[in-house]
Amino acid sequence: MDENTIICRCSDVTLKEVRELISEGYVTFDEIKRITRIGMGPCQGKTCGQLVMREIANATGQNIKDVKFQTNRPPVVGVKLGLIAEEGRR
Amino acid sequence: MKNIADVVIIGGGISGCSTAYNLAKKGVKNIVVIEKNYICSGSTGRCGAGVRMQWGTEMNCKIAKQSIEFYEHANEILEYDRDVDFKQSGYLLIADTDKEIEQFKKNIEVQHACGIPSKMLTLEEAREIVPYLNTSILKGAAFCEKDGFLNPFHTTDAFYKAAKRLGVEFNTFTEATGIRVEKGRVTGVETNKGFISTNIVVNAANAYSKNLCNMVNLDIPVYSERHQILVTEPVEPMQGPMVMAFGLNLYVQQSPEGSFIMGRGDVNEPRDLRITSSWHFIEEMAKTIDMVLPPISKLRVIRQWAGLYNMTPDKQPIYDKSEEVEGFYIAVGFSGHGFMFGPITGIVMSEMILGEKPTIDVSMLNLNRFKTGKLLLEPSVV
Repeated sequence: MDENTIICRCSDVTLKEVRELISEGYVTFDEIKRITRIGMGPCQGKTCGQLVMREIANATGQNIKDVKFQTNRPPVVGVKLGLIAEEGRR
Repeated sequence: MKNIADVVIIGGGISGCSTAYNLAKKGVKNIVVIEKNYICSGSTGRCGAGVRMQWGTEMNCKIAKQSIEFYEHANEILEYDRDVDFKQSGYLLIADTDKEIEQFKKNIEVQHACGIPSKMLTLEEAREIVPYLNTSILKGAAFCEKDGFLNPFHTTDAFYKAAKRLGVEFNTFTEATGIRVEKGRVTGVETNKGFISTNIVVNAANAYSKNLCNMVNLDIPVYSERHQILVTEPVEPMQGPMVMAFGLNLYVQQSPEGSFIMGRGDVNEPRDLRITSSWHFIEEMAKTIDMVLPPISKLRVIRQWAGLYNMTPDKQPIYDKSEEVEGFYIAVGFSGHGFMFGPITGIVMSEMILGEKPTIDVSMLNLNRFKTGKLLLEPSVV
């Protein structure tokens, strides 16, 4: 695959950047996330998560099942603050 | 992992990484940092990414000012290959009671004595900086243009990488399970990966620092309190400074990539080290934002998270060494501002360990101050 392929569409992170970080020793999803913002954008890792974990698995020889994803945090999808406030005031 | 070290630092957040860097820069060899998760996984990586000089005690003002002056040149000093993203667009502190205005005035006197360029603002002046601020519920504001946004991940990474280049060994996913003391002196650290023999241990574990002190029977008056943050979808730049309110219990800023980060604390939190997310927080936060900065409530929340403040009775950190256990140093109790103080923490701890003349006299922040009961309380923490 072309290394300039963007695998995080929220924060424009390329496959090359992810591979470089893994080779520098950032070998967990959370470590890569903290440097690149992967998984922090509006998709919350739903798009990039599997791709990054596969890269980690390939580079470290782990089974992808054993690669830890980030902690899933609420909300599941984006919700307008105003709606939450309105609901809260009822 | 090395099994013998000159110094073992426990905690891979900003305090631990900065202390490691400063010690290494001063020529100390065989420094080992152990971190139970990964670098920047604790309080540092969960903070609100803001740094400010607008404090209410002289010590907090001095430490914050010098730390921020360091951060202005952090990329060059630490020779960082990325960017710590320091954007000095100010902190706008807003007050909704007259009592708070009085406090701001007192704080500003302390700040000016320390050379901090803060000032009181009228509500009209505040609206010039943040036009959609609902000033109808406010009494006044204070502003310091030198405060701002700083990326905690990259900043910690910058210290980490600089320390690593100087030969510091970092062991992640390595947890301290015990501290060995013989005849009143530290002799080593037990970890889940093996024993490290050392005569100097630095407790830089902030949220988990009390547990480490308990390992050497040192009782410190700190506790950890959950604080929560949420972040919105990114939008075009619309807000320059961090807006912060103590009475309304709120801080909110727009990060350089466009998302709004906002957080608050809750003194009624159970003190059980939980870092889960609560619905109560998101609802209260949404109501407050809707009232104070209405246009922001049109944005979607995409994530919420939590982290721990390690609180001291006066909301100032503890920089000290144990009188009972030789070789046990502590840099803890940052009360929600450890990230801001990172550069100075590393400098003062390295000087203390090496017995050098201190750059800033932080002797007031010793452990004994809690026994005398004469505390200068920091009034301005969210």
